[in-house]
Amino acid sequence: MRLRHLLVLVLVLTVAGSGLFYYKWQVMGFPVQANRDAETWTVEARVNFGRASTGPVKAILLLPTAPPGFVIFDEQFISRGYGLTTEDDSVARRAIWAVRRARGEQSLYYRATLFRDEADGIPNLSTAFPQVPRLEEPHATALEELVSRVRQESADIVTFAAAAMRVVQGSESTVRLFLGSRPEPAMQADLAIKILHSARIPALVIQALRLGDDRREAPLEYWVVVHNGSEWLFFDPLDGSRGLPNNLLVWSWNADPVLDVEGGRGAELSFSMRRTIEDALRVAELRAQRQHPRIMEFSLLDLPLQTQGLYSILLLVPLGALLVVLLRNVVGISTFGTFMPVLVAMAFRETQLVNGLVLFILIVAFGLSIRFYLERLRLLLVPRLSAVLIVVVLLMALVSIFTHRLGLEVGLSVALFPMVIIAMTIERMSIIWEERGPGEAMKEGIGTLVAAALIYMMMITPEVRYIVLVFPEVLLLVLALVLLLGRYTGYRLTELVRFKALAGAGK
Amino acid sequence: MIWRRWRALSARGVMGINRRNSDYIMALNPRQNFPIVDDKLLTKALAIRHGVPVPELYGVIATPHEIRNLPAIMADHNDFVLKPTHGSQGDGILVIVDRRKGRYRTSSGRLLDWGELEHHLTNALSGQFSLGGLPDNVMVEYRVRFDAVFNDVCYQGVPDLRVIVYRGFPLMCMVRLPTRQSDGKANLHQGAVGAGINVATGLTLPAVGVGNVVVDEHPDTGATISGRTIPHWEHVLDMAARCYELTGLGYLGADVVLDAERGPLLLELNARPGLNVQIANQDGLLRRIRMIDPLVGQSYTPEERVAIARDLARRGYQAERAA
Repeated sequence: MRLRHLLVLVLVLTVAGSGLFYYKWQVMGFPVQANRDAETWTVEARVNFGRASTGPVKAILLLPTAPPGFVIFDEQFISRGYGLTTEDDSVARRAIWAVRRARGEQSLYYRATLFRDEADGIPNLSTAFPQVPRLEEPHATALEELVSRVRQESADIVTFAAAAMRVVQGSESTVRLFLGSRPEPAMQADLAIKILHSARIPALVIQALRLGDDRREAPLEYWVVVHNGSEWLFFDPLDGSRGLPNNLLVWSWNADPVLDVEGGRGAELSFSMRRTIEDALRVAELRAQRQHPRIMEFSLLDLPLQTQGLYSILLLVPLGALLVVLLRNVVGISTFGTFMPVLVAMAFRETQLVNGLVLFILIVAFGLSIRFYLERLRLLLVPRLSAVLIVVVLLMALVSIFTHRLGLEVGLSVALFPMVIIAMTIERMSIIWEERGPGEAMKEGIGTLVAAALIYMMMITPEVRYIVLVFPEVLLLVLALVLLLGRYTGYRLTELVRFKALAGAGK
Repeated sequence: MIWRRWRALSARGVMGINRRNSDYIMALNPRQNFPIVDDKLLTKALAIRHGVPVPELYGVIATPHEIRNLPAIMADHNDFVLKPTHGSQGDGILVIVDRRKGRYRTSSGRLLDWGELEHHLTNALSGQFSLGGLPDNVMVEYRVRFDAVFNDVCYQGVPDLRVIVYRGFPLMCMVRLPTRQSDGKANLHQGAVGAGINVATGLTLPAVGVGNVVVDEHPDTGATISGRTIPHWEHVLDMAARCYELTGLGYLGADVVLDAERGPLLLELNARPGLNVQIANQDGLLRRIRMIDPLVGQSYTPEERVAIARDLARRGYQAERAA
């Protein structure tokens, strides 16, 4: 009964811990490794136009809306003197710059920072069956001929669309009738749409930007998206290939001009982009803040940096405790006190391992001899403990001064050892020394140091520190494990040695 | 290799510390009864009420101020034992075998002057030897003159019998013999040797010494340890069995000494008895416990439990049990 209760509790903790972990990892996109860099892009659109005389100007720029495969986490508008409004309907966002008086060359900038994100979907585009386009002769007959050719070369919507892309690339007379002798991509895409619409297939032209590091003056490409009844498929009208390359940023979900300037002359739009490397954790944080602002308000990452630093240490204590449980109850080494090794390990953080071990042994050894000397003076318990404490403080000061004189800076870090821990270690060790003999005292002392060293090594592992700070819910798993170990009734590893004689005589 | 050793131990029913703690101490020993065993004064008082003989109490020192009462307490006694009432594992016990001209001779032969004795008492009263370092009392009690049976296998000190009592059934016993290394203390941690005792017959088995090696000869005297008959064996088991009612603890260790004149005396009880008794007996405790478990739920008198336990031992703790 009690066991089942425990198992249920462990199960609940495990599910809660791993569920939260999985959610943060997979859905919110927190990376499980520290310092993994996320690919981020800074894309800049520059609007240039001239204005001969003073007068009002209005510039409308289509902004990227829910581009598949990317998330925009930062946007900047740079436009001196212009009033800015943004409009947003479900499939298009616009930035509208307006100014009452402008003269001369005008430059407006829009800058977006994006990072790759697989999870995002496509905006809600209309999947209604389109009207068959009505054209004047001779275009109507030519279109009919093209449609029937495409239909012949295809079996379903996907192959129909691919065939349409192929056909518009051709140079036969029917195609030339639509595109002229020097076909432009926009017109090719438009013809492909006409063919698709003639077969009443939902399709539209979109404009996209091909991302490449340090590209300047990058043009917008026209792509065709076709709905096959269940999802939108992307086609490159230039070669009929299907699928959206992962470096293609969809800028606009229609073929309309991206830039519209009223009152200006010679409007130009140019794109430049740069690949930037951001800390994946920061990206995940920003993304989570955009997508789940409520949850992020209750995250450790939201705390002030100083407090975060404190917690990055504090959150390691449960792992240290788990290690103590394993070492004491499963391995069976004995230590001074239960959590003394954790405290000593935290002291090692300041001194480094080898220095810490040497200094610790040195001070404890000195302190122990002082303690045995004090024993001869027959002091009462509390004054004796206080005397040991005072001597420890003096010893620490001496070690610092001497090592500093010798030019060893490590000695200075000795002051970071919690002296109370040292004083208590000395007192406990001396009692065990007297009552159980030096062997037992040494055994426990070495056990404490071994445990402390192991805990310290775990504590300084960057991966471990990162995981507990970003995914503190793993501590629920640690708790579950500790609870389970609380019912561990098997042998300790050291007992296998202790009861060796009994195993040998087994029948 | 680890797994093979594990299987061998569990096949012999060897109890590990984790299992002892969780399945026996935590399950059978209610925490509120621990003071009965932790406070030796209380143990003594309850033992007398349950007809279990104990060493006679001469007096109690409760504060440093009362140390000066010690001469009055020990006025009629040339030898005595100073024992912290909350001491654990034999820590802080001082056995004075003789005193002469203001000097006190301990069982190990050391001579203490009054100052040293006073210092020891002050330390004990301030809690140096007690669990958790709490202030403690010191009992002054009768020094046991141990039975001649262990004369030649004992280096000073008092050899004591440890009986593991499970639900009132004395299941496993050993005698702990002090050595030079253990400074006359009957504590295996401190270097004493332990020898198992056949519960049915009261005959000693070969001993186990430091490092858990089997030694049939006492390391200091060289005399053979095994094959000795423990005097008053039935009485020892009976006392141990009564400790179940005395303490209400289902899993305990009773420490009994054999006095030459007064017979077996209960020294102290332990709610967390060690597991070395298994090595001394070359047998696992779990194996014996599993023979008792079918009897749980029925009530027996201490005498009946001793009879059942001895009967089980006679059969080598094999499955077919007397009705």
